[in-house]
Amino acid sequence: MTAVTDRQKLQYIAAKAADARVNVELETEGMTLNIGPQHPATHGTLRIVARLDGEQVIEAEPIAGYMHRGYEKLAEVRTYPQITTLVNRIDWLGSFANEVPFILAAEQLMEVEAPPRAQWIRTLLFEMSRLGNLILFLGDMGVQLGAVTPAFYAFRDREFVLDQIERVTGGRFHPNFDRIGGLKDDLPKGWLADTKSVMNKVRDFCDEIEELLMGAEIFTARTRGIGVIPKDVAQQYGLSGANARASGIDWDVRRDNCVGLVYPELDWKVWTHPDGDSFARFWVRLQEVREATKMIDQITDGLPSGPIMAKVPRIIKVPAGEAYVATENPLGEMGYYIVSKGDLTPFRVKIRSASFNNVSITPWILRGVYVPDIITILASLYFILGDIDR
Amino acid sequence: MSQSLMLGLELAYWQETTIRVLLGLVALLLLTGAVVYLYLFKFVSFMQSRLGPMEAGPHGSLQLLAEVGKWLQKEDITTDNADKFIFGIAPAVALASTFLMFVVIPAGPNAVVADLGTGIYFVLAMSSLSVIGILMAGWASANKYALLGALRAGGQLIAYELPLILSVVGVVIMAGSLNLQDIVAAQADGAIFGWTGIGNPFILTQIVGFTVFLIAVQAELTQTPFDMPIAESELVAGYQVEYSGIRFLVFFIAEFATAVAFAAIASTLFLGGWDLPASWGIGDGAMHVIGPINISIKAVLLVGVVFWARFSLPRFREDQLQQLAWKFLIPISLANIVLTGVMKVVF
Repeated sequence: MTAVTDRQKLQYIAAKAADARVNVELETEGMTLNIGPQHPATHGTLRIVARLDGEQVIEAEPIAGYMHRGYEKLAEVRTYPQITTLVNRIDWLGSFANEVPFILAAEQLMEVEAPPRAQWIRTLLFEMSRLGNLILFLGDMGVQLGAVTPAFYAFRDREFVLDQIERVTGGRFHPNFDRIGGLKDDLPKGWLADTKSVMNKVRDFCDEIEELLMGAEIFTARTRGIGVIPKDVAQQYGLSGANARASGIDWDVRRDNCVGLVYPELDWKVWTHPDGDSFARFWVRLQEVREATKMIDQITDGLPSGPIMAKVPRIIKVPAGEAYVATENPLGEMGYYIVSKGDLTPFRVKIRSASFNNVSITPWILRGVYVPDIITILASLYFILGDIDR
Repeated sequence: MSQSLMLGLELAYWQETTIRVLLGLVALLLLTGAVVYLYLFKFVSFMQSRLGPMEAGPHGSLQLLAEVGKWLQKEDITTDNADKFIFGIAPAVALASTFLMFVVIPAGPNAVVADLGTGIYFVLAMSSLSVIGILMAGWASANKYALLGALRAGGQLIAYELPLILSVVGVVIMAGSLNLQDIVAAQADGAIFGWTGIGNPFILTQIVGFTVFLIAVQAELTQTPFDMPIAESELVAGYQVEYSGIRFLVFFIAEFATAVAFAAIASTLFLGGWDLPASWGIGDGAMHVIGPINISIKAVLLVGVVFWARFSLPRFREDQLQQLAWKFLIPISLANIVLTGVMKVVF
């Protein structure tokens, strides 16, 4: 990573000095702590090799790739409808959101547009998968800091959201519901009314979590001022999503570069936080969950009627060309760059997933922190291993 | 102590001591089992909107037996690089410190293993032995996580010894004795401004000491929010990380038996112990039966407070934890001692 700032230089010098000091005076030596690939805090198989002086990190390096599944290559030998099954498994907590940018890119190449109702339902399910993902983050942050109970509340209330997704798509985790030109099915009967009551439950959950965690002084003490990412550093490392917004970058693909979804027609707000610390990242995500429930309420009220599928050929051949579409996924900006040569399968698919960039900042941010703060920072950066390794 | 134990039987000293030790062990283990089932299995499950164990026995009440059976069957792994002797005896050292603490806690007029003149002093000294077991375990495991956990535990347990001891001093000043039976008697016979209705449980006058004691106990037990040495999300399980099978079981028992022992001490020091107020006029004969029940209920309820905090709060960082001890708890308990001394002289 080439981005070097004054703070980074200072931390690096201080860490080296600390290393030299302990070596001379106490005749001690540093210790290399291997965090992962199997470690409870990495919720997956991220490996972090940290060189420690006592409990202070001198340098840390993330090593990804333990769960690489080769989706970009696999996509080259799958037809377009088959690929959604694969990309479901990238960010497995918000799977429907993974399908949407791919389908939108393919639609762009085919010059097809989904009917309005399909676009609205896509947006609805997109925000539902954001809920499924971020609710778990809100509980998991507590677990990483030692409070186990919020995680159980998160699992309990996420279940309502997953139930709603299951009723539409048939899958809790891997819906595989989005199609080029529209959606597989329409919404089931009575679903919209139930969704409204689920949104109320989710809002109650947000209040509960706010009280349980943000109301606890220990939580504030553990997260405030820990893992501060300044605005310029966040931009240099290409952070996106809530991590960037918590550093004060007012950028949201849903508002600023929306393709094929109905966000411009909804009334919602992009939350940012000036601090850039772990607390800010938690706070921004909490607000995003609240905004998502508001958006879903508006969509259920204003859902237009009509068909859910545009006219597309039975055998999908995408005309030659290139397209890149990005959306604001639960973890950050996710995009697919599709190169087609006019075959049944894409010639090349490049997946830009948010977590890979978000986690690339760890060598910078972990330098000089203490071991307990490694966990706070990793938890607040919030990555999904499938989203790093693809 | 010189009287024979029960039923007018004349017993030799060694016979009487053996019976007392066995009864003490059984009492400690039974209470520990009750606490684990009540709080670790059930109370916590209800807090977390789940049911907890339901299959083994009615409402999962035999789950603990199943768990113990599981641990006994598991392979007892000792890693290659471990210092095998130290690794093997470390859990025993931790458990021994708990048993030794329990020795002097009275549960009735005569139900105490050893009625030492310096009872509370002995308890506090024995409680700090457990840190040796933890350091041994962490060092001998030859594991970096275990080492970090053990060193954290060392720093933490030593830091919290001080508020623990200082918060007890107020009670000792009030009772005028280090002997636990005398402290119990002082509470039963005491009076609040001449009113003897409920005696004088020291929680009323020593509420600051009681609070500091409970916080320090939470830290001594390495329960959340002071569970930095275990910290399953960072150090996986700290000093316990290499232990499996029966040795892990011993650590597990030590952890919860210590909770029971500390709760029993807290109820002896602050809640009146086994005795009921003297003004209620219950004779010694009845107290032989009521006493153990009385202190058991108090102790189990106090363990509930420990678990309540454990499952509600996030954990402190090491430096914040030390700051709490040195900058907050110790000054406050010192002030409490001064105030108690002044009040003792004034009244």
